Amino acid sequence: MAALEKDLAINVVGVTKRFGDKTVVDAIDLSVRRGEIYGFLGPNGSGKTTFIRMLCGLLTPDAGTGTCLGYDVRTQQAEIKRHVGYMTQKFSYYEDLSIRENLDFIARIYAVPDRTAAVQRSLERLGLTQRSHQLAGQLSGGWKQRLALAACLIHEPKLLLLDEPTAGVDPKARREFWDEIHQLAAGGLTVLITTHYMDEAERCHRLAYLAYGRLLTRGSLAEVLANAKLTTWRVTGPDLLTLATTLRAQTGIEQVVAFGNTLHVSGRNPAQLNEIIARASDPRHSWQPIPSGLEDVFISLMDKAKDNFS
Amino acid sequence: MSLPRFTFHRLWAIVLKEFIQLKRDRVTFFMMVGIPLMQLMVFGFAINSDPRHLPTAVRLGDQGPFARTLVQALRTTNYFAIVHETSSEVEAQRLLQIGDAQFIINIPEDFSRKLLRGERPTVLIEADASDPAATGPALASVNALASTIFNRDLPSPLARLRAKNGPVDFRIHAHYNPENITQYNVVPGLMGVVLTMTMVIITALAITRERERGTMENLLATPVRPFEVMVGKILPFIMIGYIQVTLILLAARYIFHVPMVGSLPLLYLVSLLFIAANLSVGITFSTLAKNQLQAVQMAFFFFLPSILLSGFMFPFRGMPPWAQNVGSCLPNTHFLRIVRGILLKGNGLAEIAPELWPLLAFLVVAMAIGVKRYRQTLD
Repeated sequence: MAALEKDLAINVVGVTKRFGDKTVVDAIDLSVRRGEIYGFLGPNGSGKTTFIRMLCGLLTPDAGTGTCLGYDVRTQQAEIKRHVGYMTQKFSYYEDLSIRENLDFIARIYAVPDRTAAVQRSLERLGLTQRSHQLAGQLSGGWKQRLALAACLIHEPKLLLLDEPTAGVDPKARREFWDEIHQLAAGGLTVLITTHYMDEAERCHRLAYLAYGRLLTRGSLAEVLANAKLTTWRVTGPDLLTLATTLRAQTGIEQVVAFGNTLHVSGRNPAQLNEIIARASDPRHSWQPIPSGLEDVFISLMDKAKDNFS
Repeated sequence: MSLPRFTFHRLWAIVLKEFIQLKRDRVTFFMMVGIPLMQLMVFGFAINSDPRHLPTAVRLGDQGPFARTLVQALRTTNYFAIVHETSSEVEAQRLLQIGDAQFIINIPEDFSRKLLRGERPTVLIEADASDPAATGPALASVNALASTIFNRDLPSPLARLRAKNGPVDFRIHAHYNPENITQYNVVPGLMGVVLTMTMVIITALAITRERERGTMENLLATPVRPFEVMVGKILPFIMIGYIQVTLILLAARYIFHVPMVGSLPLLYLVSLLFIAANLSVGITFSTLAKNQLQAVQMAFFFFLPSILLSGFMFPFRGMPPWAQNVGSCLPNTHFLRIVRGILLKGNGLAEIAPELWPLLAFLVVAMAIGVKRYRQTLD
């Protein structure tokens, strides 16, 4: 990564966090360019939230150094807090305050200049004007998410940290949300976003996959897929369940996943895979090579990591 | 951590937010008004006790053996602990007013002479009767003493002096609450009890609630400082505290007809210190408790000694020394003395000063622990 220091919104090396004797985040290096949408993926409990909390000054790293927006993550947490917008995984605004009151509260805390106008602009931009007097606790999941986004943008942060912002949000609202994120990024905002959805991962400029507190892979979508070196075949035909059971028992098969009426069979070694297919040959089945999906790659990475680390 | 700078706009943001939340939370609001009223009704009854060794000042006009015998006899009742001897009327009155003495025993100059002449000399006992439970048994013992006190000192030729009413005429002058009306003592005391209970509980919930609802993480991610959060959460409840003070004073005046001798503005001013002290305790509990239930439990642990050991429920001087020591650490103990002092005795700033600084010290310590315990990160 040859990017200059000033072009990096996040630039950390060896960031580590332990809770007791459990290492939750283990020596993570990460650099995110300004204006980039960076996707952070990984299973539950992989350390994504802990890592984000260290970036926005909520947790102090036990080891590692680096900067966030040019401020030291260990010593300049107060400055970081002023320029970062952080959207927590769980809705964390006041349910007994109305939409407008919540925004007004956050705007006051950040001393946003011309507060009333800023709140109004933020309501309009997110289409919340009609609902501004509704209590936040009465909103549906999608609207809560919009409110949370509006609130963490009101002080015009330079970096947005979004922790599973679209969990439990319907597909239409998710798409609108992502359009908004892309608009913001086009305006120069840097976005670090965690998600479990593969389609969302594909909408990021770059992504990283985290498991057991370690970064397993990173890069653009194409790079991640290429680096995985995974070969996948699609099988169609009758009695796929029996075939799946037989295949899973064989070494050289990484994963066998049912997709509707087809089976996706992946392996790391193409030659070994061909051999297995030849042996399992049944004229009723048709085999066809397909490009590996992101999900196949991630699951394979996680299985491998489990063997290595646990 | 850099930039630990307090800003008014952030404090104000918290205050406004708390007010809005308070407005929406009807149950809490009515509880804050309902508790004082309920307690006023419940504590119309008082609990009596039999405190002994009450500090007593003696003004000796006569140094003769009869006077000495009298003082000794009073001492042996165990009700009177002679802690001061003075010849000055002004000094004696001051001791009574600031509460260093519960009684003044005035023995006149011509005591021995009148006694020997059989003229029944008058001994004036002045009592601080603002808490009738404290003085009642002691004064009753004096009457029992009157007829037998000089049985040995007045041998048979003088036996006629023993007279049927006793050789000495004890006159009792109950100050501050002459009719020994219990409510005069209980109702002002309730002010401290109600404020302790409600103020501590409501703020004990303040930060644990934010943590439980998940809003704490968000608040911590903003630049807001601990001191701003603490003070911002305390200020709205100071107003609630003043509503309670006013309710109790109105009830004291118009329902219980408690005399109000001293300055009400002074009382309101001093209440601020007490309210703030209790709020800081609550905030401190709030930073220690893991959830709202724990916070309420802690508030109760604080509330019980505040009601039992402060001199509200039982006369302070009737308690064993260890209990008095514990009581002295509680803000309610000092506030009770202040309220009773101002309302019943007409005490001014000079007289209540000895009770003010413990309150102030308590406030500072509680606030310091709270701010120290409130963490700015999730570490």
